[in-house]
Order: sequence, then C-alpha cells, then structure tokens
Amino acid sequence: MIRFILSRLLQAIVVIYVIATVVFFMMKAVPGGPFSQERNVSPYILEKIQEQYGLNDPLFAQYKNFMWDLTPKKLNLTKLLTFDLKGGLGIDFGYSFRYEGRTVNQLIKESFPVSLELGLYALLLASTIGITAGTIAALNQNRFWDYFPMSLTMAGICIPSFVVAPILVLIFGFWVPEAIRLPILFWEPPYEAGFFERASYKILPAVTLAFYYTASLSRLTRGSMLEVMNQDFIRTARAKGLSERAVVVKHGLRAGMIPVISYLGPVAAHLITGSFIVETIFMLPGLGRHLINAALNRDYTLIMGTVLLYATLLILLNLAVDVVLALLNPKEKLSLKNS
Amino acid sequence: MDHGTDSTEIRSPWEESWLRLKKNRLSVAGFIVFTLITLLCLAAPLISLHDPNEMDMVYGPKAPTTEHWFGTDTHGRDLFARTLHGGRISIAVGFASTVVALTIGIAWGSTAGFIGGWLDAIMMRIVDILYSLPFIIFVILLMTLFERSMLLLFIAIGFVEWLTLARIVRGQIVHLKTMPYIEAASCLGVHPVAIVFKHLVPNLIGPVIVYATLTVPAVMLLESALSFLGLGVQPPDSSWGSLINDGAEKIKSYPWLLVFPSIFFSTTLFALNFIGDGLRDALDPKSSN
Repeated sequence: MIRFILSRLLQAIVVIYVIATVVFFMMKAVPGGPFSQERNVSPYILEKIQEQYGLNDPLFAQYKNFMWDLTPKKLNLTKLLTFDLKGGLGIDFGYSFRYEGRTVNQLIKESFPVSLELGLYALLLASTIGITAGTIAALNQNRFWDYFPMSLTMAGICIPSFVVAPILVLIFGFWVPEAIRLPILFWEPPYEAGFFERASYKILPAVTLAFYYTASLSRLTRGSMLEVMNQDFIRTARAKGLSERAVVVKHGLRAGMIPVISYLGPVAAHLITGSFIVETIFMLPGLGRHLINAALNRDYTLIMGTVLLYATLLILLNLAVDVVLALLNPKEKLSLKNS
Repeated sequence: MDHGTDSTEIRSPWEESWLRLKKNRLSVAGFIVFTLITLLCLAAPLISLHDPNEMDMVYGPKAPTTEHWFGTDTHGRDLFARTLHGGRISIAVGFASTVVALTIGIAWGSTAGFIGGWLDAIMMRIVDILYSLPFIIFVILLMTLFERSMLLLFIAIGFVEWLTLARIVRGQIVHLKTMPYIEAASCLGVHPVAIVFKHLVPNLIGPVIVYATLTVPAVMLLESALSFLGLGVQPPDSSWGSLINDGAEKIKSYPWLLVFPSIFFSTTLFALNFIGDGLRDALDPKSSN
C-alpha cells in the first residue's frame, strides 16, 4: 500500500513539473509580452517594467528561476493551513502583473479559502441530496418515486449553472416576500452581521454550484443501487430474514456506494476548482474569479499560480480517491498485499 | 428482443437495434425536436425577417411583439434572429469539436489496443494522467493566450473530450481481439486489413456512436460556459452561451433576453441526451434481454 502511494506521489510530482513547464513555454511562445498592450508607455518605462519582472533575462535563466520559485523548500504546517504558500512551503509565484504591489501568494491566500468553503458546502449538498434521491429512486424502480426525482435530475444535467443562477436570483432575490429574500451578490455582508445573515449569503452560490452534481450523483447512485439490489447476496440477505432496512443499509448501500465514492473524488475536485462560473455570477472573491480575470487581463503570474494550484489540488484529490478505493475494495486490497 | 411474432423472419443486429430505438418514445421525441431546432437554425436567414446584428438604438429593448417574436436586446437587435444564428454556432461547435474528439480518441485508442504491449501501457497511462488534469483550465488558457477564433475553440474543446473515447475504443479492441471468431477468421487466412474492416469496425461503431451523441451536449455545454465567461465566441458573433450571458445580466429588467436562448439551449441538450440514452439502450446487446 505504501509503495503504491509513494509511486503515485512521485508520478504526481513529475506531472506537476511537466504542467509547469508546458504552461511556462506556452506563455513565452505567445507573441507580445504582458505589457505590450499597454498604451502610452514610453520605451524606457516598458524596459524598466520588463526588467523588474525579469522578462529580459535569457529564456533558460527565466525558466530556471521559475522552477526554483515553485519548488517547495520547507514545510510549516501551521502556516500552510492558513494557505500561506510562502511561509508554509517556500513557494513564491511572484508579483501579480495587474494587481499592483500584490503578490500572487497574497491573492491566493485571500481568495482560495472562499472557493474551498463554497466547494465544501456544495459537496455536502450534492452528496446528501444526490445519494438519498438516487437510493429512493432505485428502491422504487418504475414507480412515481423513481420517475419524479429522475426527471428532475435530467433537468439538473441539461440546465447549466449560468441559467439556473439568474432564475434563482429572480425568484429568491425579487419574487418571494421580503422577509425570506436571499442576498444575490457577494460572499459576506458588508457590515457586522449575525450568523444567519452571514449564512444566507452562502445559500444561492452553494445551491447553484451543487445543482449539476446533485443530479449526476443521484443518477449514478440509482444505477449502481439497481445493479446491486438484483444480486445474489442481497437475495441471501433477504432469505436469512433480515429486515428490508438492514438489507438496504448494511448490504445494498455498502456495495452500491463504491462507484459513487470513486465519482465523489473528481466531484470534490471540480466543486473546489470549478466554481469560476458561479464565482463570476455572484461576484464572489474566490480564486476562480481571479483565474478568469487573470485570463482576460493576461496576468501571467496569476494565471500560472492559479493553474498550478488547481492542477496540484486535482491530482492530490484523485490520488486520495484511489487510495480510499483501494482500501474499500477487498480484491484490490488483496492484490496490493500480494504485490 | 422480439421473439414471438414472426419467428421465420431473420433480422440483422442493426435491424434489431433500429427496432429497439423506434420503440423508445423519449429518444424518438428527442430526435424530432433536435432535427426541428437544427433545421430552424439552419434556415435562420430564410425565416427571420431581421439581420441578427442590425442595431436600432432608438427602438431599444422591447418585449416580444408580432414584429420581433422574441423581443429585442439593449441594442435593439432582433432576439429571434440572434437566437437562431447563435444556435447555428452552438450546434456547429458541438459537432465540429466532437469530430475532433472522435478523431483523436479513435486513433489513440485503436493504436494502443491493436499494438498492445508496452506501447499500450504507456499510451493508456498518459490518458490516465491527462484525466487528472484541470482541462477546462487549459482551454481557458489556450483561449486567453492565442487569438480567439472558432477554429481554436473547436480544437481546444475537442482536445478535452477525447480521453473517454480513447478508453472505450481501446477496451473494445482488446476485448474483440481475443474473441474466437477473430481467431477463426485469421486461421482461415483472412487478410488482417479485411479482419479490421469486416469484423472489428462494425463492432466498434456501436459504442462510438453512443459516446459521440453524448459528447455533443457535453461539448455544447463547455462552449456555452466559455462564451458565457467571454472566452468563447467573440462579438459580434453570438452563441447561445453569450446570449444567455447577455440575458443573465439584465434578467430583472428584460427577462425575455434570458428566457428564449435558455429554452432553446436546454431543449437541445435534453433532446441530445435522450437520443444518446436511447441509442445506448438500442445498441448495447446486453440491454436487449
């Protein structure tokens, strides 16, 4: 098991460096630097700016510096837990090209917790509702409680979040009675507020983000549970007189959850790193919105920082899922022991 | 399968699939709806009386009338014309990018599957690794760094969607290669090329068609998300994604700007998903009993 994890970790590190290299040379290959679009800049000032960002060094030196800057040089967990990449790992993505005087590390430190929090709320929503709905549908196959939730999930898959969001905004921001209206923009109230008011700001973004994944999780759960509930060991469990509840919970769900858990990993990764549409719509100060703004503004250092952070997160989350799956699956466990 | 009615009639597997597909009402409905929307979009210049980019600032945004069926946007442009023309782009991107994904996926998967051995191991390992990458972010990156164009959009999206297909094709080929009838054919001295085209390809087409129909809506979703963020189709062109973006900003004052493009977009996605599901049930021999 440890060998399996180690080899995958090693592979992950190689992949991350390859990504960094590809992104680095992609950016260098693009004609015109990040500042070439600036108007009314004298050649002298442009030269100075280029020099300050190290853009005049030979390409190989730039590459070497860059690779060294993003290599972890120490490990300080308490600082890392506050998303301080410089203090925690010694990684330095440098200054942002567009946010003057701000480092990419600072921007990440401020905005990543927002994306993480939003992603976790959405994950919680999607997995509880999705798995429950899918199980109910599977246990009522071809009856009302199958057709009803399943037609809703089709809507969840076909109506994208950028259509859902404005509709939710219209309903919960304008149409409902004043007393239960929800905030339709931003992540925090602009002033000191109580718990419920602060929480109310999270509802619409989290629901919007969870929408699609709730639907796909419940479809997956339904399919998997249907397959499991028709198998021999379920019949055996029923034959030995277990209550239906015990059959479903102890035998059905345990086997039926394996594909769902393997899907939850990518879902978690997508919810945490893929919230840029929701962040853009609700104007949340998250990392996803920084990524989009950086992309629109050609803020190269910020793009590099966000892309690498996202890639690393996705790869580590996928690795975690593989490990959990290996631990859950008796066959896999055996083959790992023997190898 | 339909055993009872006429046992003397022998049907080919394709006929069997066709019959199963025809019985699936949802996917027949999906097929009709999708064809209608596509025809409507293709015939846009003939149907709509207005130019999609013709502005009338004085007229401004107005709710639907008999003159402008879907109303007009803030620049006084006819929304009906814009929705149909946007649909052309969305559907075109959907199909073109799927073709890109199909080409790469089939080439990659079949090479790995046929040759096997260490090449197969390396090629599929690359697919595994690419799976774990934030590909949407790479698409955003591509659309940012290079001159945004439709061609780049096709290619960027196609590059994201080929991975699953490569796995499906490779799995199918590895499975088929070991089947006794392939062995029998090669023992009888059938030329390898003939084996590929006579025996392997017909067995591959089913899963590829199913996956391709399910890729089209996924691609359209990706395109519209990019256009929604301003990274996809560039003005004055519009796709359903950019129209929805426009409408979402003004939903309070001019709700029709969101309503009509969204209805077209979501209906198309519904239809394509139903067609895909129906095809999967029809073409998968295991589902027949």
